Amino acid sequence: MTAPDSHSQDGLEAQFAQWRQYAHRRPELRQSDTEELEDHLRGSVDELIGIGLRADEAFLVAVKRMGGLDDLSREFAREHSERLWKQLVLTGETDGPAADTRKRRDLLATVICVAGAAMSVKLPELFGMGIEEDAAFYGRNLGLFALPWLAAFLAWRRKAVPALAGVLLALFAAGAVAANVYPLADDSQSAVLTGIHLPIALWFAVGLAYVSDDLRSSRRRMDFIRFTGEWFVYLSLIACGGGVLMGIVFGTFEAIGITPDTFIAQWLLPCGGVGAVVVAGWLVEAKQSVVENMAPVLARLFTPLFTAVLLAFLVAFALTRGGIDVEREALILFDLLLVVVLGLLLYSISARDPLAPPGLFDKLQLALVVSALIIDVLVMLEITGRITEYGTTPNKAAALGENIILLANLTWSAWLVLGFVRRRAPFAALERWQTGYLPVYAVWAWIVALVFPPLFGYL
Amino acid sequence: MRVTKDLVAASATPMVLGILAEGESYGYAILRRIHELSGGELEWTEGLLYPLLHRLERLGLAESSWQSAAGERRRKYYRITEKGLGELAEQRRQWDTVVDALKQIWLGSGDLRTRAMPLEGPA
Repeated sequence: MTAPDSHSQDGLEAQFAQWRQYAHRRPELRQSDTEELEDHLRGSVDELIGIGLRADEAFLVAVKRMGGLDDLSREFAREHSERLWKQLVLTGETDGPAADTRKRRDLLATVICVAGAAMSVKLPELFGMGIEEDAAFYGRNLGLFALPWLAAFLAWRRKAVPALAGVLLALFAAGAVAANVYPLADDSQSAVLTGIHLPIALWFAVGLAYVSDDLRSSRRRMDFIRFTGEWFVYLSLIACGGGVLMGIVFGTFEAIGITPDTFIAQWLLPCGGVGAVVVAGWLVEAKQSVVENMAPVLARLFTPLFTAVLLAFLVAFALTRGGIDVEREALILFDLLLVVVLGLLLYSISARDPLAPPGLFDKLQLALVVSALIIDVLVMLEITGRITEYGTTPNKAAALGENIILLANLTWSAWLVLGFVRRRAPFAALERWQTGYLPVYAVWAWIVALVFPPLFGYL
Repeated sequence: MRVTKDLVAASATPMVLGILAEGESYGYAILRRIHELSGGELEWTEGLLYPLLHRLERLGLAESSWQSAAGERRRKYYRITEKGLGELAEQRRQWDTVVDALKQIWLGSGDLRTRAMPLEGPA
C-alpha cells in the first residue's frame, strides 16, 4: 500500500508546486498570501481524501472550490491596492529567502560601488586638486569617477568572465589616458570634444558590462538601450530630489547663521552626483519588469509632436525660400536633431511588440525619420562648401562624422520602416539593424576621444 | 435557500470577529466553522475571507502569527485584539437592533409565513 500511496503523494506535491508557480505570477499575491492559500488548499485536500477521494481528484475539487486565481487576485487587489503600485526595492516586503539574499547582496554591492564612486571623486583632493580651482580637471574626468563603478556593479551582477573584466579595465584606463595624459589646453577645441565624447565612450564600456553575459545577443543590446533610457529617467528624478535637498540644506543652515556652501559644493554635490549614477543603475536593474518603462512612453508622446514640428519647418522653409543661416553651431544643432529623432525611433522600437502588424504609429515614425533626413540633407548641402573652404578643425570633423553616421543609420532605418509599413519586411529587421549599429557609435566616440587629439596636433 | 451575496458581505466582519473571539484560528478552520454554524447555508469564498482577515489585521482588530505545531505544516493563525473585541461588541449591538426590529415586524404581523409563502421564492 505504501508504494502507490507515496506515488500519489509525489503527484500531489507536483501539483501543489505547479499551483504555487501560478500563484507567484500574481503581483497581487505576496509570498505569505500564497503560503496561506496553499495551507487552505491542503486543508481542503486532506478533508476530501478523508471522505474517500483519490489524491488527484481531491486536488482538482479543492482547487475548483477555491475559484479561479483571477477572481481571487481581484479580491486581494481590492484590499491591497498599494501592491499594484510599489512592491519595488526599498519596501522591506519579504519575498522568500532566496530573493531576499539576492536583494541584500545587490544592495550591499550598490553601497560599496556608491562609496567607491564617492571616494574616486574625492581622491584627487589628496593630491591638491580642488574642485573649484581645478574645475577643468574634474570636468574632463567626470565620466571616470562614476561610470567604472557602475560598470563594476553590472559586471558583478552578470558574473562577467575575467577576460571581459580585463577589457573593461583597459577601456577605462584608455579613458583616463585620453582625459589626463594628452597635453590639451583647457580651452582648446579638443578638450571640449573629449569632455563630450569621453562620457559617451565610457557609457558604451558600461554597455559592454551590461551585455557581458551574452555579448552577441541582439536582445541583450536592446535591453541595454532600454536600460539607458530608464537610467536617464531615474537619474533626472534623483537630480531633482538632490536639488531640493541642497536648497533645503542651504536655506535652513543659513537661517541659523551657518553658510554650508563649502559642504554643498565640496561634498554633497560631487559625492551625491556620482553616487546617483550608480544608484540609478541599481534601481533600473532592481525594478525592470515591475513598472511601466518611462522612456518608451515619452517617445510615444513626443513622436507626433516632433513630426509636426519638422514637417512645419519643411513647409516654412519651402515657402520662405530663404537659405538656412549656417552658424558655427548649426551643424551641432542638426546633429542633436538627428540624435533626438534616433532616440524617438529607438525607444519606440524598444517597447514595440515585434509581431504586431504595422499601424498608424509606424507611418508617423516614417514621416518623422524622412522629414529629419530631408532637413539634414538641406543643411549638409548648405555647409559642405564652407567646410572645405576653411579647412578642417577637430570640431568640424567630429560634427561632420557624427552627421554621416546618424544619416547612414536613419536612411537605412527609413528604408526598413518603409518596408515594414508596406509589409515587405519584418519588424525584427529594424530592431537588428539598430542593435547591430550600436558598436559604430561606440567606436566613433572612442576615436574622437582617443585619436582626434593627436591627429589634430592637440588643437 | 441561499443567503444573498450582500447579506453575506454585510455579516462577514461580525461573523469572523465572533469566531475569533472563541479563540485563535486559521483561515480554513474559520471557513469550516462558518459552514458548520450556518448548516452550509452561508457560502463564503476564499476571495472573501482572506482579504477580510488582512483588512481586520490592518485595522488592528486582529493580529496574526505564523505557527507550526509539531508534525504540522506552518500556518497563519489569527487572534482577536482588544480593539477587535470592542468592535465586535459594537457590531453586535447594531445587529441586535436590526434583528429585534425584524422580529417585531414578523411576529407582529402574525402568521405571515403561511399567507405569503410565494414571496419567499425569490429571496
